[in-house]
Parts: sequence; structure tokens; C-alpha cells
Amino acid sequence: MVQWTDFERATIQDIFSKMDYETVGPAALSRCLVVYPWTQRYFGNFGNLYNAAAIMGNPLVAKHGQTILYSLERGVKNMDNLKDTYAKLSVLHSEKLRVDPDNFKLLTDCLTIVVAAQMGKTFTGEVQAALQKFLAVVVSALGRQYH
Amino acid sequence: MLSKKEKELIADIWESLTPVAEDIGADALLRMFASYPGTKTYFSHLDISPRSAHLLSHGKKIVLAIAEGAQDIGQLTVTLAPLQTLHAYQLRIDPTNFKLFSHCMLVALACHMGEDFTPVAHAAMDKYLSAFAAVLSEKYR
Repeated sequence: MVQWTDFERATIQDIFSKMDYETVGPAALSRCLVVYPWTQRYFGNFGNLYNAAAIMGNPLVAKHGQTILYSLERGVKNMDNLKDTYAKLSVLHSEKLRVDPDNFKLLTDCLTIVVAAQMGKTFTGEVQAALQKFLAVVVSALGRQYH
Repeated sequence: MLSKKEKELIADIWESLTPVAEDIGADALLRMFASYPGTKTYFSHLDISPRSAHLLSHGKKIVLAIAEGAQDIGQLTVTLAPLQTLHAYQLRIDPTNFKLFSHCMLVALACHMGEDFTPVAHAAMDKYLSAFAAVLSEKYR
């Protein structure tokens, strides 16, 4: 099981308690679709993704970005049992959505950058390491039910 | 593949960062050491504590090299030739670490530039740093 230091727990709770899910979620997902355009393969029915402006303004992307972030919140509330928290979503992404699990890291990297841009100087190396560790464990849990 | 616009954007960003090369470089390195402790093994000969003289000077060196490359991206192989030799035959840093450093550089840029680090700038920068790393490892084998 993952061991969390007091600092890591406090940092994750702090970051997410201050986060505006309605902007960060959409920003992270749309950034992912812009920076790593091949991830658009999973969003064929989302309409106009032709250029950065279209992606950033796409309401379906925005809505899905929020969905993702609310799902991350569940992980924040269950840091000691991420494997079970994401078991169902893992099956969904594997069996139904057929998402290559390597993509999860691309999204979490973009989320890290969005949080960094918002927090500026307060996003220190230690805070970054804690967030990346949390996201890495979530990503691992999401990839667990693939076979 | 970098478009003409992206190359201009990258050149502009790095030119504006040269005055704070030390800070950006040291910040990126510190982030890398914090998130990826294995990377510290390459620096046992230096003092890499925050704000140390070694860290600042090393960070500055790296950022200035990246900035120099950015002024003429088409000529990266020429510009980086001496650094290619250095990394291949002397430093022999495992190239997977270039990815880790690039990621931390992107985070440092995000912290520094805030909203100005737009998705388009991020995409261009990620592509440039990947190309830079690839050229840097060309002489490895």
C-alpha cells in the first residue's frame, strides 16, 4: 500500500480544497488535447477540435474536464484506498473506452502544469513532487484492471 | 514538427528568459531533484542545495544553452555539437533523464509565466525540448 507522509497528505488536501474545479478541469483536458493532439482520438464525438481555439472553447471538452476533476476528488478523499476507488473506472477505460493507459500520464502532466501556472511560486518542488506522486498512484489504479 | 510560428514563439520566450536564466535553471533542477531523486546521482560532485552557487551557475548554463539553440532551431545539430560530445563521452547521462528535466522545465516555465504559458506555448515548448534532448543524445551510440 502507498505510504503518505503528513506533508503529502496535507499538500494534496490543500491543493484540491483551494481548486476551482470548473476552470482547472476544462483547462487541463483542453491543454492535453492541444499539447498531445493524438489524444483527440478518444473524443471523436465531441465536435470541433480543429485548432487550439476550438478545443479551448468546446463545451463538451469543458464538461468532461469537470467530470474528470470531480473523479479525482474522490481519490483525494480516499487516498488510502485508491485501488478500490478507481477499480470500476479502470474497467470502464479498459473494456469500453479502450484508452491506452499511457495517455493517463499525459493528462496528469497537463494538470500539473495548470496547477503550477495558478499557484506560481507557492508550487514549490516539494509540492510538485507530492502532487505528482498522488497523480501517479491514481494513474496506476486506473491502469490496474487492464488485461 | 515545429511550424514557423512556433519557432518564433519559442525564440521570443527564451530571449525574454535570458535575464533570469539562473533562477529558471536552478528552479527546474531543484524540481527534478525533488520529484526524481535518482537524478541527484549525477551531481555528487556539486552542492545542489537551494540557492547554492553551484546550482545557480549550473542552472544558468543549461538555460543559456537551451536559449542559444532556440535562436536557430534549424541548426540545432550544429549549435549543440560540442554539448553532444560532452554528454555522450564524458557525462553519459541516461537520456531518460532528459525527459524528466524537460518536464520540470515546463513546470518552472508555468510557475514563472502563469497564464502566459498558454496551451499553444506549452505545446511548442514541449516539442522544442524533445528535439533538443534528441539532438543531445545523438552521439551516444
